[in-house]
Amino acid sequence: MEFVIISVIGVLFGCGTYLILQRHLLRVVVGLSLYSHAANLALMISGGLERGNPPLLTTEAPYVDPLPQALILTAIVISFGMTAFATVLAFRVRQVYGSDAVDELAGGEE
Amino acid sequence: MIPPDLFVLFIIGPVVAAALLAAFHKWDIFQRGVSLAASLGLWGLSVAGLLSLLQEGQQGIVVLRMGNWAAPYGIILVADVLSMTMVVLTMTIGVAVVVFSLRTVEQAHQEHFYYPLFFILIMGVNGAFLTGDLFNLFVFFEILLIASFALLALGSQPGQLRETVKYVVINLIASTFFLISLSVLYRTMGTLNMADLAYKVQTTSGELDPTLTILALVFLFVFGTKAAIFPLYFWLPGPYFQPSAGLSAFFGGILTKVGVYAIFRTFTLIFRHDPALTHELLLILAVLTMLLGVFGALSQMDMKRILSYHIISQIGYLILGIGLFTPQALAGALFYMVPYVLAKSSLFLIAGVVQEATGTTHLKAVGGLQSHSIPLSILFLLAALSLAGIPPLAGFFSKFIVLQAGMEIGRYGYVGIGLLGGLLTLASMLKIWNGVFWGEETGDRRPVSLWPLFPGIVLLVFFIVGIGLFPGILYSVAQTAASQVSDPHVYIAAVLGPKE
Repeated sequence: MEFVIISVIGVLFGCGTYLILQRHLLRVVVGLSLYSHAANLALMISGGLERGNPPLLTTEAPYVDPLPQALILTAIVISFGMTAFATVLAFRVRQVYGSDAVDELAGGEE
Repeated sequence: MIPPDLFVLFIIGPVVAAALLAAFHKWDIFQRGVSLAASLGLWGLSVAGLLSLLQEGQQGIVVLRMGNWAAPYGIILVADVLSMTMVVLTMTIGVAVVVFSLRTVEQAHQEHFYYPLFFILIMGVNGAFLTGDLFNLFVFFEILLIASFALLALGSQPGQLRETVKYVVINLIASTFFLISLSVLYRTMGTLNMADLAYKVQTTSGELDPTLTILALVFLFVFGTKAAIFPLYFWLPGPYFQPSAGLSAFFGGILTKVGVYAIFRTFTLIFRHDPALTHELLLILAVLTMLLGVFGALSQMDMKRILSYHIISQIGYLILGIGLFTPQALAGALFYMVPYVLAKSSLFLIAGVVQEATGTTHLKAVGGLQSHSIPLSILFLLAALSLAGIPPLAGFFSKFIVLQAGMEIGRYGYVGIGLLGGLLTLASMLKIWNGVFWGEETGDRRPVSLWPLFPGIVLLVFFIVGIGLFPGILYSVAQTAASQVSDPHVYIAAVLGPKE
């Protein structure tokens, strides 16, 4: 099962890299969010994909590792915020420049 | 001197200030007053905190357990002399930037959350310095990043937007790699607490080394991107050139240093199992960063751009100190950090004054400013000569200590390149001096009074001169910090309790 997840991480990274290298900002944003999905999956298998009881004092071993879930939850919230910001930024760029192609962003040089 | 629980205020204080400021964002006097009071209060508190740590000497480490959970499981904040020095430095720059911003921030920016975002930025920076856990380091990095994104984009000028896009994409990619390497680290070591990691690395060396070395290099990539070391510095000059002078000063002074601090912390505490590979690599990257940064500075024709390239070059010296990896060199790196950050921020603020007075910072468009404002030229000279390392200013002692540490262990080649870098720094500072301050009066002069802009700059230059006159004070602080970081057992014992 871990092999499947690792393959998915690889595919997500590949697609993300392809999209980040595109000219259009919206694709770059989608690429970045694929990156963050890949990172979240990597966090998920960092504790090992095992079946077990919830890590409470009243239950018996074997327990599952609760830490990766806490980490992913935090990472998801952060990547949500970052993606939201990047989307708004791309929108604003489109408004100001009339285009979201990265090689057409000029101005501000002295 | 101050109770340990108060150390959490360096993180909570800015958040409370930011919340208050955001709630009353249209109330002009409130914005200025609360910002000034909060930054001054935190600055005083940070100085008191550092002094109370110094009283304990090498044992001066405060550990705060959030919710009172024991160390490897709960979230902890660790304040040792290194991190508290960085917090004091951050708050000093914070005060200077707030004072400078009082006169320079546009009304529209102020109403669109300039000050709240600035305090969130300070919270992220302080948190990154104080955390004792790698995952929380990631979280605080993200907090300071999103605040800096918003501050960079504030105003939405075309050039600003372009640079913000670059900065956002680069940093988000680096953050992804941070997260991935955290997951691999957790998989291999079973913990993300820095002290616990250090303890495990020390006790189980041998079996895990290959993975751990790879992880060290990935972390070097992540932190190196944030710190702008060779070959990852290409993103830096643009974003630091675009925003208003106060922000440039804070970004240029502090933000890259968070990356340097992360390298400092991880490569002295955790990844010290294979210095023949990792620390040699740091040395090579350091001299390349140093030289290429200063070459970039020499080829620019704009004051703010020259200063931006200089950030890169100076980071090379800090990394050199970490790479040499002797207690003397680590003390030198910390000693280097303080005067250099002060000088860099004051130079950016001076560039802001030049911009206010003439409308531009391009070397060809201005000239002869020294007859327009003699105090400004004196402040510039003091900061610039300190940056170039001319005695008796503070920068001389910092270069001297790092390079002397290099001589002691026979790294003459690196020392030679360091000296060459210092010479080229002087050349590029003279280029600004010749272009902006010396010679015939050229360019426009706006009818604005420059005096209200000076207090923040004077504060920073005062510290530069003070450190130059009394280098022993800062040197003893740096030595205490180096004695703590060069022996990880001190840190591990403070966090995890005495182990045998």
